[in-house]
Amino acid sequence: MSPLRRRLLFGVPLVLAVAGGEGFYVLLRRMRNNEYDPHALPSPLIGKRPPAFSLPGIAGMRGFANTDIAAPPRPMLVNWFASWCMPCAEEAPLLGQLAAGGLSIWGIAYEDDAKSLQAFLAQNGNPYQRLASDASGTTAINWGVYGVPETYFIDKSGIVRWRYAGALTPEIVKSTLNPLLERYS
Amino acid sequence: MRRLLLLLCLLPAFALAQTMITRDGVTLTPPQEKRAEAVGGQLRCLVCQNESIEESNAKLAAQLRGIIRTQVKQGVPDKQILAYMVQRYGIFVLLKPPFLPLTWLLYAMPVLALAVGFAAFWFGRRHGNAPKPLDEAEAARLEELLRE
Repeated sequence: MSPLRRRLLFGVPLVLAVAGGEGFYVLLRRMRNNEYDPHALPSPLIGKRPPAFSLPGIAGMRGFANTDIAAPPRPMLVNWFASWCMPCAEEAPLLGQLAAGGLSIWGIAYEDDAKSLQAFLAQNGNPYQRLASDASGTTAINWGVYGVPETYFIDKSGIVRWRYAGALTPEIVKSTLNPLLERYS
Repeated sequence: MRRLLLLLCLLPAFALAQTMITRDGVTLTPPQEKRAEAVGGQLRCLVCQNESIEESNAKLAAQLRGIIRTQVKQGVPDKQILAYMVQRYGIFVLLKPPFLPLTWLLYAMPVLALAVGFAAFWFGRRHGNAPKPLDEAEAARLEELLRE
């Protein structure tokens, strides 16, 4: 066996194992830092306008249609949530802060009823300028919503630029939402 | 007599009703149901990501099964039903990934692995020739070493 061959026989698997280990380490570190979620799906709605819908208001608030968010004066969020959803209650204080900071947040209540919603808003605060009700969940399916909460970032031309599935966190706001707001306002 | 006649007339309807299958709020004939199951079996449930829509107990999966069955009843072709889902949830919803620029490496992998295997084999063969026979001096040295 030539020395080169012997070195290759030992070196190539070693390099492969180290590279693989490094890859896994980076993956796990990014998962721990909430920078990477293996369950997250890219939304097909990115770069497009939301599909046509017209939903009634609920809990004494005005509903809205796709035409109402076709050209918002400033970038805005559409937040899908439900009173029966635990992570929705978790992200509510953060949504409240964002709304207080001047960001328009419109809500769509997913498969919910007025009474539970009113209780939810009374307890967790109401960051929404408008609140529509998708009682059947049909509009959610058309948007590709696969769970609540989900948050969509819509720019001034009514195009969806970002979708986040799960409860928003201060880290996500800092790392993703704030740069988007800067870029699109 | 009249009642009997009525019953007789209704008999085929009973038989038909028995063979019809109702699932997720839509009633289908057995072939339609089979088609619906085949379509649902190709789609990933997005709530519990390793199950198909047919297998899943998630509420969203039940709603999507209802949509599939309604479309099957309307005679929408399989491809169009799958496209309906892909339009909403992206290609991830398909349990079998389609051949796309994004997935070509996935499909090319067996061929690539085979090529690498052949290359390794060829490389090994070329350099793995048996050593040259020993010349006289080397043979003498070997003798000497073995004697020690």
